[in-house]
Amino acid sequence: METKLLELGPTEWMAIRLSLKVALWATLLSLPLAIYVALILARGKFWGKQVLNVLVHLPLIMPPVVTGYLLLMLFGRNKPVGQFLENSIGFVLVFKWTGAVLAAAIMAFPLMVRSIRLAVENVDPNLEEAARTLGASPLMVLVSVTLPLMLPGIVAGAVLAFAKALGEFGATITFVSNIEGQTQTLPSAIYSFLQVPGGDQAALTLVGIAVLISVLALAASEILGARVRARVGGR
Amino acid sequence: MSLRIDIGHRIGELNLSVAFSVESGVTALFGPSGSGKTTVLKAISGLLHPDHGKIDIAGRSVFDREKGINFPTHKRQVGYVFQDARLFPHLTVKGNLEYAYKFADRGRKLDRKIVDLLGIGPLLERRIDGLSGGERQRVAIARALFSDPKILLLDEPMAALDEPRKREIFPYLERLRDEAGLPIIYVSHSLSEVARLASQIATLKDGKMASFGATSDVMSNPTLVQDLGIRTAGSVLRAQVENHFPDGISELRTSVGSLFIPSVTAPLESVINLRILARDVIISLSKPENISALNILPAKVVSIKKGEGPGTIVELASGEDRILARITSRSAETLGLSVNTPCFAIIKSLSINPGEVWT
Repeated sequence: METKLLELGPTEWMAIRLSLKVALWATLLSLPLAIYVALILARGKFWGKQVLNVLVHLPLIMPPVVTGYLLLMLFGRNKPVGQFLENSIGFVLVFKWTGAVLAAAIMAFPLMVRSIRLAVENVDPNLEEAARTLGASPLMVLVSVTLPLMLPGIVAGAVLAFAKALGEFGATITFVSNIEGQTQTLPSAIYSFLQVPGGDQAALTLVGIAVLISVLALAASEILGARVRARVGGR
Repeated sequence: MSLRIDIGHRIGELNLSVAFSVESGVTALFGPSGSGKTTVLKAISGLLHPDHGKIDIAGRSVFDREKGINFPTHKRQVGYVFQDARLFPHLTVKGNLEYAYKFADRGRKLDRKIVDLLGIGPLLERRIDGLSGGERQRVAIARALFSDPKILLLDEPMAALDEPRKREIFPYLERLRDEAGLPIIYVSHSLSEVARLASQIATLKDGKMASFGATSDVMSNPTLVQDLGIRTAGSVLRAQVENHFPDGISELRTSVGSLFIPSVTAPLESVINLRILARDVIISLSKPENISALNILPAKVVSIKKGEGPGTIVELASGEDRILARITSRSAETLGLSVNTPCFAIIKSLSINPGEVWT
């Protein structure tokens, strides 16, 4: 029984690898934008700030399947953006793992922005003033003071987003379907196994793996977070 | 090296209007909280843009509303030491110093002279959260100096420190004044700090300049006593150390004779300053005898300024020195004091606070 639990077939392995790949890319690619959006939401004064705020949070409050459907409406092969991308640079998202990355990134984005925004609000603007009197230009202040002091929040946001991306199901399956080896992520694979008779055993194994990855990610974030907080003076 | 400022600015209830110019040395900005002292510093550093006026630093115009000149803070070369030090918590002491000279024009290396001036050599590898308040301020001052400033702004650098910490940091401030060769603007509402450090004082009241001049002149000007704070008003004397007695008393020679005060550490023949609080001075028309007070100085009334309360400030000339005495208006009347009345100023030795004696 125990050996069986750890026995992973090619389907399972592919799903795990793909999930990790999708979650990693989704996190890395959205991180710079999330930092930028968090900064302007926390600090900026501009027209339409509330609109941007709502837009960012939309994936958090809408049913995931709606987000997936909207993505399909935009990025489908014969839909405006999808057609443009395919014709101009030959880039196809729908039913590809890259599409899974987009879906996961959009679903995880609000969580990431929220966490980073909190970090921005915790940065003492007085320290930034001090940096300016020492000769640092506004850009240097951002790079050398603001971002380092935000680091604990950035790490927390990234881990949260990674976990969310790893578990994303609704928007992903709607947008890129559930194609083995192409778009079948861990949650999609679990779902598929549950649909076939006798698949519970394999599903259970994957559930165990999913729990394991989540716990590892959380532990990693705790350790990393503690180190970073110690470095920036623990607030 | 100089600073010229002439600005007006409205911020909330405060209608600030300030104009003065200074060369090297310490200029104190003195006034009650809310009188606009910090606003002036912020305007000089460019953290705040005044509604009108102009500011020159070291002969260069950094702000001129009419001509549309407004240098951003990072291009003004203004060293700013904040009340709360504002060291970067994600960097070590050394990292904080490096941060400043990274952007400075001159040498891009650790200048030992500045490190030694502030005595922070042993702290370099330390983390910020392990520093005491006094250490933080010394690092903050060193950091400001490393940025190669044309002027140094100190915003109540000792306000957040307790008495022992203040005593610890004071000698460094005095060395800074003597060795930095920069104009230093020192914001404070402690008269004893100002008396010890500043060669001139600008007093602010409700955003307006109430006075501007040499420290000893401003401090012994009875009409300004109200602005300076009656309880701590006092005059500054210069005197030479004449003798140290084994019973814990030092004898000083002033322009009019001997002055006995609690022992000082200054060597014989050296010149020291001391501040005598107006409330500690007694006036007598005849020379008292059989009295415990050791100091009885012959004097003459220069001016009398009646306060709004029960007190009157009497300005006395004693030799070449000025002494302020704060007595009740009732006593002034009973004694029949008027300008040129000869009298004696009586000062208890022990009323002189060792913290108000300096070299």
